[in-house]
Amino acid sequence: MAETAAKLNTDRPVAVRVAGLHKKFGSLEVLKGVSLRAREGEVVSMIGASGSGKSTFLRCINFLEMPTEGEIEVTGETVSLTRHKDGDLHPSDRRQLERIRTRLGMVFQSFNLWQHMTVLQNVIEAPVHVLGLSKAEAVDRAERLLHKVGLFDKRDQYPAFLSGGQQQRAAIARALCMEPKVMLFDEPTSALDPELVGEVLRVIRDLAEEGRTMILVTHEMKFARDVSSHVIYLYKGVIEEEGPPSQVFGAPRSERCRQFVSTIHG
Amino acid sequence: MSLKTLRLIAKTFVVFVLSAILIGLLYWLFAASRWDWLVKYFPLLLRGLWLTVLLWVFSCVLGFILAVPIGLVQVTGPTWLAGIARGFCTVIRGTPLLLQVWLIYYGFGSLFPQIAQYYPAFRQDFMWLIRLDAFWYALFAFTLSFAGYEGEIMRGAFLGVPRGELEAARAFGMSPWKALIRVWLPRAVRLVLPTLAGEVVLQLKSTPLAMTVTVMDLTGVVRNRITQDTYIVYEPLMLLAVIYMCLTFVAVWAFGAVERMVPQKR
Repeated sequence: MAETAAKLNTDRPVAVRVAGLHKKFGSLEVLKGVSLRAREGEVVSMIGASGSGKSTFLRCINFLEMPTEGEIEVTGETVSLTRHKDGDLHPSDRRQLERIRTRLGMVFQSFNLWQHMTVLQNVIEAPVHVLGLSKAEAVDRAERLLHKVGLFDKRDQYPAFLSGGQQQRAAIARALCMEPKVMLFDEPTSALDPELVGEVLRVIRDLAEEGRTMILVTHEMKFARDVSSHVIYLYKGVIEEEGPPSQVFGAPRSERCRQFVSTIHG
Repeated sequence: MSLKTLRLIAKTFVVFVLSAILIGLLYWLFAASRWDWLVKYFPLLLRGLWLTVLLWVFSCVLGFILAVPIGLVQVTGPTWLAGIARGFCTVIRGTPLLLQVWLIYYGFGSLFPQIAQYYPAFRQDFMWLIRLDAFWYALFAFTLSFAGYEGEIMRGAFLGVPRGELEAARAFGMSPWKALIRVWLPRAVRLVLPTLAGEVVLQLKSTPLAMTVTVMDLTGVVRNRITQDTYIVYEPLMLLAVIYMCLTFVAVWAFGAVERMVPQKR
């Protein structure tokens, strides 16, 4: 199903384009020229062993990590970059960066909910204080989203009192409330107890089926196979294999990818 | 004699001594102590209490306002500002408060009359009264002192806020300033609220030092007026102790109420 959707999408506009991304931490080169193109409505999954650079790549897209080389374009707008003393490229225009970040809804591995706010306050925070929505409007939007992720009755709780799965669903609602063009998921289930993974994946799956554009870094192979329109296998900072899930999981050209996919699949 | 009997004798002895002390105190309070001076000095005491509260509250509030940037620049830089802040904290925390009060009062305090000697106009404006009043020097000294201690605490508090929550703030498009006001600072303050409560209580009990530079605060009134005029010593000092305890109780209660506003999971 996902593949036919991907074929239909080929003439859709590009939501995120990353070209030739390099990232060095000191002398260690974590990314060695990684490119990606996500059209609207596509779900691009990045898989690979720990340390292959997939999280770093995702964090470079919204400049939580500064790339050493490369170009990033979000909804047709290229981020202007300047090289700093540390050797990395930094966005030259803070306003542009902040504007672009509002179009990218980030979901973190460790949720990163603001602990001093209730769930509802977390969700309306950025829409009110960054987008300038009225509080009533934001609450309206937030309550709808909390219903959707099944947390409406927890809206006045503080994050510390929720389970990991509930916190991650709240974090997804928080990202959605910005009405972003693209959702970025950074290993959204890696910090969860096994029995809580399902409830989070269900929410993400719903989003994929709604036709949201998503870039997903994950270790959940079966899930990636099911929801993705495009899969990228990263090995030591290089794209080793990419294509539709049927190819990457079913008939990979690369021996390494074949091994990785088979070991994880078990 | 068995251990049991020994214990019983010890217990009886302790109870006996404690009862004797209590009876003595009660006897002193109701039969031997003198409180007739209270009526005469009541207005003066009230004024002293008011000055004590002013010194306490304003030195805490102003000191804390100073402490926030002092703590912040030590975490964020720039290096030269961090150096100044660190130096300030070291000097303040490394010298007795009494010395600071004296240096500021006798230092600045003697500077102004000297200026006035050469520029008589300096004496004419309305600020002159403020320049002469010891209260302002004491307030200044206490404010700096509180800022020095709290600056160090705020440095730790800022460092203690999880990185991920700040990343989330940036990822949703908050400017550095907005992230500070909405997430970093409120989160940091809540981390150190219990510590802060203790510091505020300590600050109250530093205020009697103002007496040494002629401020007629509560202790000043008791020591420099009541005990000297009436030769009654214990009763005024007991009253002093009770009032400071009440003020401490108010502070502890207020901080407790604020802490309970955000439930913490231990």
